[in-house]
Amino acid sequence: MGVLISLLIGCVVAFAAPLLNRAAGSRAGVILALLPLGLTAYFATFVPRIAAEGALRQSIAWVPALNVNLSFYVDGLSVLFALIISGVGFFIVLYGSGYLKGHRDLGRFYLAVTLFMVSMLGVVLADNIITLFVFWELTSFTSYLLIGFNHEQERARKAALQALLVTGTGGLALLGGLILMAFVGGSYEISELLNQGEVLREHGLYTAILILVLAGCFTKSAQFPFHFWLPAAMEAPTPVSAYLHSATMVKAGVYLMARLHPALGGTDLWILLLAGFGAATMVIGSWLALCHSDLKRILAYTTVMGLGTLTMLLGIGQTEYAVVAVAVFTLAHSLYKGALFMVAGSIDHEAGTRDVGEVGGLRKAMPITAAAALVAALSMAGIVPFFGFIAKEFVYEAALAAGSLPRLLLALAILANVAGVAAAGIVALKPFYGPVRTTPKHPHEAPIAMWAGPVVLALLGLLFGLAPGLIAAPLINPVAGAIAGAPVSVELVLWHGFTPVLGMSLMTLALGIGVFFLWNTWRESRFARGFNRAFGVAPENAYFRTIDGMLWIAHWQTRIFQSGYLRHYLTTVIGVTAFAVGFTLLSRHGLVLPGGWSAITFYEWTLAGIMAAGALVAVFARSRVTMVVAIGAVGFSVALIYLANSAPDLSITQIMVETLTVVLFALVLIHLPSLRPVESRASRLRDAAVATALGAAVTLVMLTVLTEPISPHLTEYFGAHSYVTAHGRNIVNVILVDFRALDTLGEIVVLGIAGLGVFALVKLRAKKRRDGGADV
Amino acid sequence: MDWLLVLPLAIPLFFGVVSILARNNLLLQRWFGVLGMVVLLVVSIAILIGVRTQGILVDQMGNWIAPFGITLVADHLTAFMVLITAIMGLAVAIYSLANIDAERESFGYYPLLHILLMGVNGVFLTGDLFNMYVWFEVMLITSFVLLALGNRKEQMDGAIKYVTINLVSSLVFLSGVGILYGMTGTLNMADMAVRLDAVDSPGLVTTASMFFLVSFGIKAAVFPLFFWLPASYHTPPVAVSAIFAALLSKVGVYALIRVFTLLFVQETGYTHQIILWVAAVTMLTGVLGAVMQTEFRKLLSFHIISQIGYMIMGLGLYSPLGIVGSVFYVIHNIIAKTNLFLVSGVANRIAGSFHLKHLGGLYRKHPFLSIMFIIPAFGLAGFPPLSGFWAKLTLTIAGLDAREYVVVGIALFVGLLTLFSMTKIFAEAFWKPLPSDRPKPAAEVEGIPGVAGIRTMMVPIVLLAVMTVVLGLGAGLFINVSLDAAEELLDRTRYINAVLGDP
Repeated sequence: MGVLISLLIGCVVAFAAPLLNRAAGSRAGVILALLPLGLTAYFATFVPRIAAEGALRQSIAWVPALNVNLSFYVDGLSVLFALIISGVGFFIVLYGSGYLKGHRDLGRFYLAVTLFMVSMLGVVLADNIITLFVFWELTSFTSYLLIGFNHEQERARKAALQALLVTGTGGLALLGGLILMAFVGGSYEISELLNQGEVLREHGLYTAILILVLAGCFTKSAQFPFHFWLPAAMEAPTPVSAYLHSATMVKAGVYLMARLHPALGGTDLWILLLAGFGAATMVIGSWLALCHSDLKRILAYTTVMGLGTLTMLLGIGQTEYAVVAVAVFTLAHSLYKGALFMVAGSIDHEAGTRDVGEVGGLRKAMPITAAAALVAALSMAGIVPFFGFIAKEFVYEAALAAGSLPRLLLALAILANVAGVAAAGIVALKPFYGPVRTTPKHPHEAPIAMWAGPVVLALLGLLFGLAPGLIAAPLINPVAGAIAGAPVSVELVLWHGFTPVLGMSLMTLALGIGVFFLWNTWRESRFARGFNRAFGVAPENAYFRTIDGMLWIAHWQTRIFQSGYLRHYLTTVIGVTAFAVGFTLLSRHGLVLPGGWSAITFYEWTLAGIMAAGALVAVFARSRVTMVVAIGAVGFSVALIYLANSAPDLSITQIMVETLTVVLFALVLIHLPSLRPVESRASRLRDAAVATALGAAVTLVMLTVLTEPISPHLTEYFGAHSYVTAHGRNIVNVILVDFRALDTLGEIVVLGIAGLGVFALVKLRAKKRRDGGADV
Repeated sequence: MDWLLVLPLAIPLFFGVVSILARNNLLLQRWFGVLGMVVLLVVSIAILIGVRTQGILVDQMGNWIAPFGITLVADHLTAFMVLITAIMGLAVAIYSLANIDAERESFGYYPLLHILLMGVNGVFLTGDLFNMYVWFEVMLITSFVLLALGNRKEQMDGAIKYVTINLVSSLVFLSGVGILYGMTGTLNMADMAVRLDAVDSPGLVTTASMFFLVSFGIKAAVFPLFFWLPASYHTPPVAVSAIFAALLSKVGVYALIRVFTLLFVQETGYTHQIILWVAAVTMLTGVLGAVMQTEFRKLLSFHIISQIGYMIMGLGLYSPLGIVGSVFYVIHNIIAKTNLFLVSGVANRIAGSFHLKHLGGLYRKHPFLSIMFIIPAFGLAGFPPLSGFWAKLTLTIAGLDAREYVVVGIALFVGLLTLFSMTKIFAEAFWKPLPSDRPKPAAEVEGIPGVAGIRTMMVPIVLLAVMTVVLGLGAGLFINVSLDAAEELLDRTRYINAVLGDP
């Protein structure tokens, strides 16, 4: 229950946040930050418990009919993510209170960010796949609100929608994949599915499950070619970018792949897809970062690179190196990237621009921020003794140990990291060193709320680098074990000695520094522009083209179906009826006509002939009055048929109705202009065909039904009880007013309402005319 | 004879007649409007409790034993529908206080509203096929007058299309009734179900079922028979659009569920497979119609069509979970869709337009209204944990279980497009700043003007939004109850025995 309660408290706090913001003013941020701080402490208590007792599970039923439980599974992997989410969340809330100080929508920011935090915690803690999906979608929703925070700008609205649609598409695929997985694995709980790995991998649906689940993970975690929404999402305020679009939400896909690795991982397809897309994303992201000068875009693309790296590592996750690398890299990345994003936001906030070309020499004005940026960037560049160094070493080791194509993967990893080193330098050095530039705003050091986060996160990167043993046994090993599906125990050390990997690290560093100095040349080069067009712009354009194409189809089909002409509608309705009835009769029953044609008398043939003639005359008539008269002939013939079948009361009714109808029609129609055939010959022929088809279909069905004997039990009962029980000699009357009186009541109501309607329409119209209203 | 099942017909009739008598006293009519709905609500709750505790309730009109008289029947599905009808009636009656102009009120708006509900309840409650036809006629004539009341040109255009196509539907329905009578000699549905099983050729019964598929398909607005709906729903006052959106097409869905679980189950491989694919195409074509609309209510109208597809998808799957999905979807959708229409009216009242191009700035100035939009809108798009998610999830599970992968894929994709068009409304009407070059809002204000009017309109909106959330968070309970409904529908003998007496 503990986990659920902690999430519920988070929800309550989230919805109270706008009120608190109004009541507590500038102190609201600090007060609200207590929530993530408390949650961090709470989840930290799980670390020793898991080390001692293993994973924990809590569950209560939610929708039992669908096997949905509010169940939570807490093991090393979920705790690592929960700690990142709540820990970074603490600094983000603080940072946001400074960044958006005095903003009219600060309360809404608190609400959405806190709600996001709760949802994200739900994603990484949920055991039930449906519950996981619920939280997953909630992160998409809160992300939508937060990207669209500056909603009066069209760019923000577009970016919000884009992120929602891309992750939403993946989400739907994910839902399908998860349900299929539950079918095959026989459980909706991840903890149980993890033991069904062999069953899942050998099942015929495995490929479908894997592709569907990965579609969800790849879109969420911005893998190529779905990565374009992430840089666009930089429209969000920087605390949001730092939190959702770098440290946490975009890692949800990585989390889920890691989580399901024991269940779905290790097959050729898994390796191919994850290592392939991961490596591609890693390289593309890293070099796209160098095509831009907007600090946030650079960071966004390096985030794409990081996500690609993690996906690749999970793809080759059969080795101990790979799973440990995932754990270490996840943590390291969240620390340095979170810090650097906040730094970028501070620069933007204080100097009024975040374009690298427009800022310089800020270190004097913003010394603390500059220092934090430097420390974080050193970790990002993978330099001793920072945590990022250990992470990079493990990535290289994992690539080298990969089962297939290790050299290619290693080469790609180095290629990406070279760009990563350069990007780290660009973000952390360019704005702070060099000549002082005049910026739109006169820069000052950011307030403490805004530098606390970068400083602490950067220093943690240094601490974990210097003393990796602090987290190795309690955190990293359980995480790696959870991903591997078997206990893992490695010793994290900063210094491995002079290994080949160290050489590659040095080479990466040297090349990276070189690229750093050549950055301006590279950025201006035709190659870089082409690269950006092909891998940055083109996928986004494909997205826009898909939307446009969908809208085009929508236009096209709606114009066809909803043409606005009643004639078309009627043609379709009648045609569908004729087809449905006729086709079903012929295909399901066949054509069985009753015999006894010779028994039809001469006057019956005559009546039928009159009716047919009347119908034809009505169709071909040029004047409305002729039409009415012709239809009247049909009606009176029907009355005669009733008479011939000894139903005089029906016949009389029919004659009265028919007379009245013809008179009324004639009265009304006389006021209308004469008919002019406007339709083309072709459309008249089509109408004729449709009408004939319906007539034929109904006739055939009628004739076929006549072959079935009719049960007389109703008529017998009415005959027996009409006089005895209901005290009426006329059976038809008794049926109308007693046996089926409710029908009659309904028909009376219909007539009454019709009267009311005519009255209202005529009177209202007259009244409007009197009042001079033109609206008739 | 037990009077309980008569009351959902008698109460609206009573209040309808009384409202006509109070023609010149608008205040009294308004109060009768709300009061009548409250009484109806109480009775509906009593019926649901009765069904939960005693099983299927049956009431033989005039004490003529079935199948000779007319039988009223309430099983779970009926009880749900009658209850949701009363809730919608109440919501719209309250909303009408601020939305309907005195002119319409004095020309019979409230009597029409009451009688409309009488017709709707009649369809839900009747156990007799011809009687159902009569109630459809009551519904048709009242909705036609409601639609046309006001006499504006676009209203008349919509109303003519509405009534013409629906008259064709009635004709097809009546033909079907005649044909079934010719085959079985009865009109009582339970009796008919028994006798249809005895018909030598199931193919002939299936042929007869096509009349009902088409006729109710028109009423329910499925592909390719939906034309009347988008042609008419955006023309009358919002309160009328809302009650139409809530009930009319769903009555068609109800009728489809009723006859295709009770009468036509001889060749489900044929009939229900058709329904399933009609469902898929209906979803898709409806949502594609919606994504390109730029008028608030037109957009919503096309969505109704799309969601009718989901409602009959479960019927097409014809499994317990499928039926649960259909039932749950109907309930969820009535609440959410009606609410969106009601919100559109408030947006119109504030910004003076239904056109997304001319709307804007609502998120900035009316955050509460924004939340009241987000809840039904994202609920409709199937976003968790709101009610629509569970409806969609149930159908997805049922569909995957039946290996109908393509249909499930379409259903999920349509959910995405629904999200697309809901966010379109949100971005345009709520997020976007109010455009400066918009035409001046119409000077004519309907009903209660000003802030007081908006407050009144917000009452039902909040009520329905709360229901969407409760239905979502408490889905466990509601799905369990829907499961009872599904079991009842799939085990026809319970219905038949309840009506005809135990054999």
